[in-house]
Amino acid sequence: MSSNLTDMNAMDDSADRGGPAQPLLIVRNLKKYFPVRGGLLEREKKFVHAVDGINFTVAKGKTLGIVGESGCGKSTTARLIARLMEPDSGTLIFDGEGVGEFGGIELKAFRRNLQMVFQDSFASLNPRLTIQETIAYGPREHGLTQAQANERARQLLARVGLEPEQFASRYPHELSGGQRQRVNIARALAFNPRLVILDEAVAALDKSVQAQVLNLLQELKAEHQLTYLFISHDLHVVHYICDDVMVMYLGQVVEMGPVEQIYGQAAHPYTRALLSAVPSMDPANRTQKSPLSGDPPNPINPPAGCRFRERCVHAEAVCSERAPALVPAAQLSGHLVACHMNDAASGHTAATLESAV
Amino acid sequence: MIAPLVSVKDLSVEFHGSRQASALSQVSFDLKAGEVLGLLGESGSGKSVTLRTLLKLHSPKTTRMSGQIHVDGIDVMALQGRPLEAYRGGIASMVFQEAGLAFDPVYTIGQQIMEAIRAHESISATAARSQALHMLERVQIPQAKRRFDAYPHELSGGMRQRAMIALALACKPKLLLADEPTTALDATVQIQILLLLRELQRETGMAVIFVTHDIGAAVEVADRIAVMYAGRIVEENSVAGMVHAARHPYSAGLLASTVSSENRGQPLRAILGSPPNLADLPAGCSFAPRCAHASAQCRAESPTMVSSDNTRIACWHPLTQLPVTL
Repeated sequence: MSSNLTDMNAMDDSADRGGPAQPLLIVRNLKKYFPVRGGLLEREKKFVHAVDGINFTVAKGKTLGIVGESGCGKSTTARLIARLMEPDSGTLIFDGEGVGEFGGIELKAFRRNLQMVFQDSFASLNPRLTIQETIAYGPREHGLTQAQANERARQLLARVGLEPEQFASRYPHELSGGQRQRVNIARALAFNPRLVILDEAVAALDKSVQAQVLNLLQELKAEHQLTYLFISHDLHVVHYICDDVMVMYLGQVVEMGPVEQIYGQAAHPYTRALLSAVPSMDPANRTQKSPLSGDPPNPINPPAGCRFRERCVHAEAVCSERAPALVPAAQLSGHLVACHMNDAASGHTAATLESAV
Repeated sequence: MIAPLVSVKDLSVEFHGSRQASALSQVSFDLKAGEVLGLLGESGSGKSVTLRTLLKLHSPKTTRMSGQIHVDGIDVMALQGRPLEAYRGGIASMVFQEAGLAFDPVYTIGQQIMEAIRAHESISATAARSQALHMLERVQIPQAKRRFDAYPHELSGGMRQRAMIALALACKPKLLLADEPTTALDATVQIQILLLLRELQRETGMAVIFVTHDIGAAVEVADRIAVMYAGRIVEENSVAGMVHAARHPYSAGLLASTVSSENRGQPLRAILGSPPNLADLPAGCSFAPRCAHASAQCRAESPTMVSSDNTRIACWHPLTQLPVTL
């Protein structure tokens, strides 16, 4: 069936261009500040540093998870990549071609290659369109005939587990949350995208339904050679579904690496705290002490130096003087961390000790 | 045997507003003083309705209730007027999921806690103020003096939830009803609130009913867990018993579909289908349409609750061993 979907011509520009070694997406120095409206007499203009110069790559056919507390910039990152908002600076390279650049890939073609599924399954569907119309709308706009678009919509509905006979003519309010999220996934796949951004896509679902949707996502990924950018605050789900994990704190990347290294050998104190805040599931071994105190700090004018230092038990003078760079972690390949304790030259007293472990 | 603090018998709740729905059917449970019961279930399973009924928060115009509720010897179903007001907050008190919506935005949190105290005790404003301040300190709000005069919108999500707990405990209730108090919070803040609730429960010796859809959170605070499905309690056991040896196919399925590192790389054992429509419940066991073990009996007759030493289960074909394949 998947071949049936791909040969529907007209909008098929999903061919692999750069070869398997070329990362599907490279993000360089992505930045977005939101101005905060101050009082009349306030001289200094304030900014929310939502995303502050982040760099990362998404490998082909992999799932990159982005985790962090609320306000860390996860969702803004997703929206900047999908160009739902204009970044202040930064470049995107999609399969070797600069997005929206001269000689690169055009924004419209890029958007066909990239689709997004949001957390709120109801708000992201048009209440006045039946679900078949919703799914067929995009392909129709991009050049298929109405009949072709409807045919594709019905195929996709069947694929995500919604019987077209029964569901095609229903409206979003007639579906349950899990069914609506399946419709959103079907709509995202209508363009044969190569990259799908899942922004808390399973967070609002009940546990039993969440498991069904996670299974579906993994099947679809294998069938369509998809690459996922999976944004979530649920660390269990990220551990389950992702190949690589990126941890964000106040608009910056603090640690990035393969999922087993992040969960097994986290090098940044924030990542360790985040991981140990997850309930233990073992009644004989309950959590005794909270790993972090206080709430995530305000992203308006964040502290100088390391942004985590105010909540960090290892903070020293050097942490307030210089911001740590995101550099390879000692003895772990493909694992980046931004912490002075990881850098023997930083002057942090725990630095040598940490890198010797 | 000491009489339990909370005793609920055959509680059924039906809503008959613009649409009909049977939200609870024949729910029974007991809770001893100082015990923490976790009510676990998905949306629409009746967890929150149970809590709201315990405080009689449903409008009598659109709700039909039957059964008995006794809390601390008081017949809650018969309460009305002043005694009901004294009961709410004085004996049983509630912490809601959205602290931002539960507070009145035009009064400071200090004023709201003072108001609650003075509604239940006839004491001077100064005494109430110092009590309220003491409560804010007990829920570990930093700089409690300054936060006393803060409006709800000036506090972060975690702080608001702490203030909410302070408000709920201000009149020293014997029963705390916590309706998903940590669901809207970040994991790092959630664990702080769970630890705080556990600590306060130990200090005060109050009983707690903790409603959640997150089994991890329930394991952190509860002594016993009752699993609800489509308005009924389907299984009840100690926390350890539930986590290690759930016997109802639904509870077992819920545990199996909980994501963890162990099942990485393989499909999750999801429960098929979705929860039933409460306006149109199937005959027999409500879980039968989704259950791999369902028989003709399950589809015809509603299972009876069978209890044996501290565990209860309503299922015609309980599982005998784990793991289950659904």
